[in-house]
Amino acid sequence: MAKKPDLLPGTLDMLILKTLTRAPLHGYGIAQHIKRISDDVLTVEEGSLYPALQRLLLQGWVKAEWKMTETNRRARYYTLTIEGRKQLGLEVSEFERMIAAIGRVLQDQEA
Amino acid sequence: MKTLRQMSTKLLHLLRREQYRNELEEEMAFHRAQTEHDLRSEGVASTDARRIAKRQFGNTEGLKERSTEMVSFRFESVAQDLRFALRQLRKNRGFALTAILILALGIGASVAIFGFVDAALIRPLPYANPTRLAMLYEGINLGPRFHLSYLDYVDWKKMNHSFEDMEIYAQGIGMLRTPQGLQPADGAEVSAGFLKMLGVTPVLGRGFYAGEDEASAPPTVLLSYGIWQRKFGGRADVLGQTLQFDDKAMTIIGVLPKEFHFALAEPADYWTTMHPDGVCQKQRGCHNYFGVARLKDGVSFASAAADIHGVSERLEGVYPDTNRERVATLFPLTEEFLGNIRPILLVLLGGAGLLLLIASMNVASLLLVRTESRRREIAVRGALGASASRLMRQFVIEGLLLAGLGGSLGIALGTEAMRLLHQFVPRDMLATMPYLQGTGMNLHVAIFSTVICVAAGLMFAWMPYLRITRGDLREDLSEGARGSAGTLWKRFGANLVVIEIATAMVLLVGAGLLGKSLYRLLHADTGMEPDHLALLRVAAVGNTYQKEAEQIVLERKLFEEISHLPGVNSAGITNQLPLGDGDGATSFHRLDRPYLKLNQEVTRRSITSSYFATLKARITRGRAFRADEDASKPLTAIINSTLARQYFAGEDPVGKRIAWDGDSPVHPIEIVGVVDDVQEGQLDAAPRAVLYQPFEQNPDNGLALVVRTSQSEESVLREMTEGVHHVDPGLAIFPPSTMMQRIHDSPTTYLHRSSAWIVAGFAGIALILSVVGLYGVIAYSVSQRTREIGVRMALGALRGSVYSMILREAGLLTAFGITLGVGASLGAATLMRKLLFGVAAWDAETLAGVAVVLACFAMLASFLPARRAAGVDPVEALRSE
Repeated sequence: MAKKPDLLPGTLDMLILKTLTRAPLHGYGIAQHIKRISDDVLTVEEGSLYPALQRLLLQGWVKAEWKMTETNRRARYYTLTIEGRKQLGLEVSEFERMIAAIGRVLQDQEA
Repeated sequence: MKTLRQMSTKLLHLLRREQYRNELEEEMAFHRAQTEHDLRSEGVASTDARRIAKRQFGNTEGLKERSTEMVSFRFESVAQDLRFALRQLRKNRGFALTAILILALGIGASVAIFGFVDAALIRPLPYANPTRLAMLYEGINLGPRFHLSYLDYVDWKKMNHSFEDMEIYAQGIGMLRTPQGLQPADGAEVSAGFLKMLGVTPVLGRGFYAGEDEASAPPTVLLSYGIWQRKFGGRADVLGQTLQFDDKAMTIIGVLPKEFHFALAEPADYWTTMHPDGVCQKQRGCHNYFGVARLKDGVSFASAAADIHGVSERLEGVYPDTNRERVATLFPLTEEFLGNIRPILLVLLGGAGLLLLIASMNVASLLLVRTESRRREIAVRGALGASASRLMRQFVIEGLLLAGLGGSLGIALGTEAMRLLHQFVPRDMLATMPYLQGTGMNLHVAIFSTVICVAAGLMFAWMPYLRITRGDLREDLSEGARGSAGTLWKRFGANLVVIEIATAMVLLVGAGLLGKSLYRLLHADTGMEPDHLALLRVAAVGNTYQKEAEQIVLERKLFEEISHLPGVNSAGITNQLPLGDGDGATSFHRLDRPYLKLNQEVTRRSITSSYFATLKARITRGRAFRADEDASKPLTAIINSTLARQYFAGEDPVGKRIAWDGDSPVHPIEIVGVVDDVQEGQLDAAPRAVLYQPFEQNPDNGLALVVRTSQSEESVLREMTEGVHHVDPGLAIFPPSTMMQRIHDSPTTYLHRSSAWIVAGFAGIALILSVVGLYGVIAYSVSQRTREIGVRMALGALRGSVYSMILREAGLLTAFGITLGVGASLGAATLMRKLLFGVAAWDAETLAGVAVVLACFAMLASFLPARRAAGVDPVEALRSE
């Protein structure tokens, strides 16, 4: 199994939460959405997606319920909770702080 | 709050585990279906689409596992592993049973011995602050532990600056008058503060009050808990009852606690106070007490010893007649109680530890072999998504399970063994080792057992861990692969076997040395021919036989009675039997030299004329006593060869005259003979100077009848008992015995015998285990090399060379093991040399014998696999690939 480049550590939870701000989605939908929006740059491994979803459920940041899809199949849909939304805010601001910091280092002229 | 909710979520999932897994399954199936659907709409053929979707999704089981782990408790997977481990053990019953049994043996032995170690050495003595107590003696030229006189005690107590309190005791209480007649009773007399100083309070009634040991105080007695239960039915109304000891009526005032004992005075069922109005208590030269003292806070044993030593030196200056060369000696009480037994228990504990080591090594190597054969299972589980930590945990759990099962069985075995061993200790022996009373499972033993079980478990978990972390998954998956297979096993397994053989060697040498000591002890030269000697001790008590003339009449009547019994070849009478305590010392001086008041103490015995002939003791110079040597004739003595060597070096003592110190007017005693040392003390005691006098010149009211018979000793003893009754039914008779019993049942023999047997048992098990271990290594090596051997033979190697190849491998391991073992044995034997009698720690005979036995067994164990190797059919071996 060839390995695809990993996401930055810790960012998967944030991406999932962000994706769910638009509408409740099933696992497959979340993976597809991230892939599409990032122009195929970010691929979410199923191997990390489902454990991550279980983790988010356990933290209470998302809720899950079984619904029917447009193609009339049963699928588990994940919905963002209020706490999840708060957590997203926290993670986004932390992430931006990190990126800005990394950016400053990279643009350092003296180096 | 949050963790609470997480817990409840986990709990919910736990209850609905099946549903959870189904839902996860469905969710993932949906994911795959969607991927496949999308691929197909991109124009990929439907079979390819499914394959790609599946591959893209990856290891479903692994994914499910990780998702489940996210929401499940740790213990769930542990429970799962445990179930799996149990299934594994059930499946491999032979392996499981062998491993558990071996382990149970090792752990059981350790637990049992530790029980005794705990009882004797770890549990504190049943006194307040026992480590601050000391024993006090007077040291004389015969040794440092002799009685002190009452008057010396009184002065010591007054003049010292180191002791909070100082008390005395003496063993013996006299004969108990019962409706069935007089019975010997075990007891002790103590100064009034004795029990209070120890910190002992009676469970019933009261203790002695201060001053209860004065002449005016009415005699009182305390019962031991044991005799209170056995003889008085544990009734509370014993208080106030009267017991008659000799001619003294004593009132029972209390019962001592169950756990109370005082090893040096045991067995002691009755405790009374001493009274200073006796004849002996008024003489400084009459020594019959031992001292016990409690050190003041902050005073060390060394400085207390120096203090009391100084006190005794000052007394020597004031009373040169009685106290010359009598110095106070002091030893910690715990040392005096446990000094004898400590080295034995430590050796046994060491032996049990070594056995446990071998047992664990054996199980560890079994585990290694099994890990080898489970390489594929591990690889498959890894490929199916088991994480390394999960695999690791599996082995930890299997190891702990094995240790747990072996340990539980071992603890059960150990507890039972403790009970049995305790039962095997004869009653008299147990009485002198009262601290062993409470031996059994308790908190200390439980903690010890748990620790060794966990240690064993961790070691077993560690073995396969080495294997997994070094393994190559892909190689392990291909079944026939030889490659590196077995190299790790070889390296570790071989090392384990070397250690096992070395350990077995240490135990075998230990057993050999102890066995040889025992043999030497039983066949030690006692200066007599101990077989066919029947012994009966008689004591004349009460007001009769107080006068010497009466005692002489009794002696003559008894001799007349027993010497004419059928089956009696020869009979003699002594006041104290040989192989006893060797005590009863008096000091003497030579009359042909100036009297320097040196305190020359010798053991003193009174014997009848035929006594030495009956013992078949060897008179080397001069003559035996004559039958008519009584008080009307000149006083005579026979000395033993040690006395002759010590005080008549280079001279002929026969004809020389001596006298007892403090004898006024002086009664000269002429030495008429020298006898080869008859062992008066314990079998392993150093020879002491002994002086024998004719019984009728120094009579006693305690008489021991010694009879040499050609018949069975029992029938003669029965007739002797009747004969004594016939002479005087009022005489107290002690249990009859024989000289052989005295040798075989003596405390020294008992300690030697029990340690020899127990270590021999350990050594036997160790031998079997190490040989089985060696067999395992060689057999496994042969099975791994079947192909190689096949090739060699196809290329023309002879069977003989295959034999020698395998035997050389085994021989090398054995040689390493034995070499290591010789070194370790010498070390171990040096550590236990205190227990050896008549044999050196580096006894070459034992070492060589053990090495040969071990080598023979090792060759036997490697011969079977070698034969199998030589029997390999090259065609079969090569085809099997």
